[in-house]
Amino acid sequence: MAKTAESVKTSYQGQIHLLQKELMGNYFNQLTRCAEQGEGKAAYMLISGNPVELMLAFDLIPVYPEINALQLAVKKVALPFILKAEEIGYSMDNCAYVKADIGMFLGDRKTPFATIPLPSLILCNYVGCNVYLQWFEHLAEYCDGTLYNLDIPFMRDPSGRPSPEDVTYVVRQLEEIIEICERITGKKLDYAKLKRIVALSGETGELWAKIKALTKHTPSPFDCYFDSVTMMAPLYCLRGTEGGLRFFEAALKEMEEKVQMGMGPLPEERFRFVIEGPPPWPYLRTFRDMFAKWGAVAVASTYSTVGGLWEFGFKHDSNHPLESIASHMLEWNLTNRNFLQRYEQIRRYCEEWSADALVIHSVKSCRLFSAGQGDMREYFTKELGIPTLLVESDIEDPRYFSEAQMKNRIDAFFESLEHKKLMRGASAAGGNT
Amino acid sequence: MSVEQLVSRYREILEDSPLNQAAEWKANHPGSKVVGCYPVYTPVEIIHAAGMLPIGIVGGGNRLEIAHADSRFQSFVCSIVKSTLELGLIGNINFLDGIVFHSICDPARNLASVFKRNFPKMQVEYIHFPQNMTSPHTAAYLAAEYQKLKASYEHLAGRAITDEDLGKSIRLYNEQRKLLRELYRIRRETPHNLSTLETYVLTRIGTLIPPEEHIAVLKEATAAASQRNEKPKDRIRVVLEGSFCEQPPLELVEGLEAAGCYILDDDFLLGWRFFEQDIPSNGDPILNLARAYISQSAYSGVKHDTREPKSKHLIDKVRETGASAVVILAAKFCEPALFDYALYRRALEKEGIPHLYLEFEEKMWIFDKARTEVETFVESMLFD
Repeated sequence: MAKTAESVKTSYQGQIHLLQKELMGNYFNQLTRCAEQGEGKAAYMLISGNPVELMLAFDLIPVYPEINALQLAVKKVALPFILKAEEIGYSMDNCAYVKADIGMFLGDRKTPFATIPLPSLILCNYVGCNVYLQWFEHLAEYCDGTLYNLDIPFMRDPSGRPSPEDVTYVVRQLEEIIEICERITGKKLDYAKLKRIVALSGETGELWAKIKALTKHTPSPFDCYFDSVTMMAPLYCLRGTEGGLRFFEAALKEMEEKVQMGMGPLPEERFRFVIEGPPPWPYLRTFRDMFAKWGAVAVASTYSTVGGLWEFGFKHDSNHPLESIASHMLEWNLTNRNFLQRYEQIRRYCEEWSADALVIHSVKSCRLFSAGQGDMREYFTKELGIPTLLVESDIEDPRYFSEAQMKNRIDAFFESLEHKKLMRGASAAGGNT
Repeated sequence: MSVEQLVSRYREILEDSPLNQAAEWKANHPGSKVVGCYPVYTPVEIIHAAGMLPIGIVGGGNRLEIAHADSRFQSFVCSIVKSTLELGLIGNINFLDGIVFHSICDPARNLASVFKRNFPKMQVEYIHFPQNMTSPHTAAYLAAEYQKLKASYEHLAGRAITDEDLGKSIRLYNEQRKLLRELYRIRRETPHNLSTLETYVLTRIGTLIPPEEHIAVLKEATAAASQRNEKPKDRIRVVLEGSFCEQPPLELVEGLEAAGCYILDDDFLLGWRFFEQDIPSNGDPILNLARAYISQSAYSGVKHDTREPKSKHLIDKVRETGASAVVILAAKFCEPALFDYALYRRALEKEGIPHLYLEFEEKMWIFDKARTEVETFVESMLFD
C-alpha cells in the first residue's frame, strides 16, 4: 500500500483568495461604519435563499448573523459567547450558531472582524430551517428592530416544485416587505435599480454555476468544500453588486486556467469525494488536512448550495425580479428542499462528478442538515453501493470536535478505499483478487 | 362509570399498547382507513370528513425499545422522532393507511422524508404551516394547502369530501374540544377534584378512538368529576409549559403532582385542544379551518407569531389561572421548547414568577430526580 505523507498542510494560494479577503474586509468595514458612525441602516437576514436584491435596492446593509457566528468560530472566539448564552438560559442542546451570535449581540457587538450594527429590519427569511424563526424572534426581543417573518413554503410536493399558490404567497409577502423598507428608509422602491441588481445576481449565479461545473474535471481545479467556502462569502454578502460580479469573473478565469494546466488544490488527486453537511468552522484547517493527507479532494458539496442552487439551471431573471427572488427562495436552494431531494442531489454529484465516496459530516447544531443522516448513509451504502463515511462534530462549538477520533475514522475509511482501489486495479490487470 | 373507573380503563390501554386500540378498531371496521397524525396539530376534520379515522401518533412511550431507529437518527435528536420511526421499522404501524407530518421542527421535517423512503406503501403527507401571521395573504395560502390535503385524502379514501361532510366534522370536533375545555376548566378551578394524570388520560385516549366515542367518554367524565368533593391538599399551584410535542410518561405526570403541586394548566397534546373557541361551521369550511389556525389557535414553540411575544401568553396564563409558579417541562433535545425557555425565563424573572426547569424523555423510567427537584421547589415556595 502506498504510504501517505503524515501531514500535508494545505493552503489556498490563488489570486481569488486575496481578492476575497479584500472584498470581505470592505464588507465588514461597512458594517463597522454602520454600527459606529451610523452610516446606513442594517437589515438582518439569513443565508439560505434570501431577498438581498430587495435590500440592496433600498441601500440597506445586509447583515447575516450566520456569518457573524461562523466568523467567530473561525477566529476561535466563539466559546465565551456560547457560554454567556448558556448562562442566561440557552441549552447545551441548542444550535451554537444562535448562541454565539446572541452572546455577541447582547454585549458590545465588537468582534475581531467587525462591529455588528443593530438592525433596523429583522427580516426572517424562513427558508427551511425552523431555528431561524427562533433566532430572529429572540433577536427581536433584545432590540427595537422591526421583525418580519417571510414565510417560504417548504418543498413538500412529490414533484419537488412549488405550487402556483406558494409563489403568489411569497411574492405578496415581498411586496409587503417593500412597503416596510419604504417606511424604514423613507425612499420609494426604484424598480429599475432592483432590476439591475437582480440582473447582477443572475450573472453572478451563472458564473458560480460554471465554476462549480469545473470540478467535474480530473484533477478537480479546486476543492468544492474547503475552497468553495472562500467563494461562498462573496456569493452571499456581495451578490447583486458590481464588486461581487467582478470577483466571480476573476474566479472563473483562474479556475479555467487551472483546468488548462491540469492543476488541482493538492499535489496529487488520489480520491474524489462528495461531502454532505456544513464544515467544522472552529477546526476547518485541521479537518481539511485530514483529507489532504490522503490526496482526497471534495469534488462536490451540498453545503456550497445552502444559499442557492445555481448549478442545475436556475438564473435570477431581471424581467421578473420578484417572481425570480421568490423562485430562488422557494426552490433553488438546498435548505428549502426536502431530505430526499438532497439524497437525489448527492446521487447526481456522485455520478456526474465521478466521485469515489461520500463523506457525511454530521453536526449537532444544525439538525436541518443532520437529523436522519443515518438513513442517508443507509441509502447510499445499501441501495447505491457507494462507500460512505459518517463523522460527527459541530459547526460552531469547539467542545464537540474530537481530533483523534475524527482522524482515526477518516484514516480507516481512506485506507479501506485505497485497499479496494488496489484490488480493483489488480483485478483489472488480470491479477488474482 | 366513575372518573376512577374511566381513567383506570384507559390508563391500562395507554400503558399497554395504545396503537393496538386503533389497529383493533380498524380490524373491526372492514373497509375503513386510519391516518396517523404526528404532533403538534393536524386539521383532523379533513381526514374525518373523508370517512377515515385520524389518530395521534405521539411517539412510542417508555416500553418501546429503540433498536433500529437510533442508527438512522443521531443521539442528539429527540426521542419522539426515533420512537416513531422505530414503530414503523418494527411493523407496529403497518395498519396505518397514511401519516401526516408538519413543519414543526427540523428533525420532524426530515422524518417525513425518511418515512417516505422506508414505507413506500404508506401515504405520507406534509403540511407547511404558515409562520407569517400578519400578512393578509396567509389565509389564502393555508386554504390552498388544505385544499391540496383534501384532494389527497379524497384519493386515499376513494370518495369525495363535500362541504357538508366537512361541516359535520368541524361541528363534531368542536364539541370534542369544547368538552376538553370543560375538563380543563374543572381541573383548573378544582384541581383537588380532578388530577392532571386523570385529565391527561381522558384527553389522550381521544387521540386513539373515534371522536363520537370520545365525546361520550368526556360527557361521562366531566359529569362525574363535577360531583366530586375532595379536600384540597397543601400544594402550590403551577402552570406547566413545554410538552406540546413529545409526551412525558404517565408516571412522570402523576409524580409531578404527587410531589406537591396542582397543575392548573398545561400544554400536553396541545394540537388536539388547539382552539379556545369553536371553528365556524357555516361558510367555506376549508377557509374557516385556515382562518382558525391563524387567529384562534393556541400559542406554542412551533408557531411564531410576531403579533405578540410568546412569553406574554405564558404570563397571562399564570395570571388568569391564579397559579403562583411555572414548571417548564421540556423534552430533551426539543429545540423549539429549549429555545422558548430562554425567553420564558427572562419574562418570568422580570415578572417575579418563580419557575422550575425540568427536562424529560418519553422513554424515561426513573423519576426520582424529577420528583426530588419538584419537592425541593415546592418546599422553597411553601416555606419561603
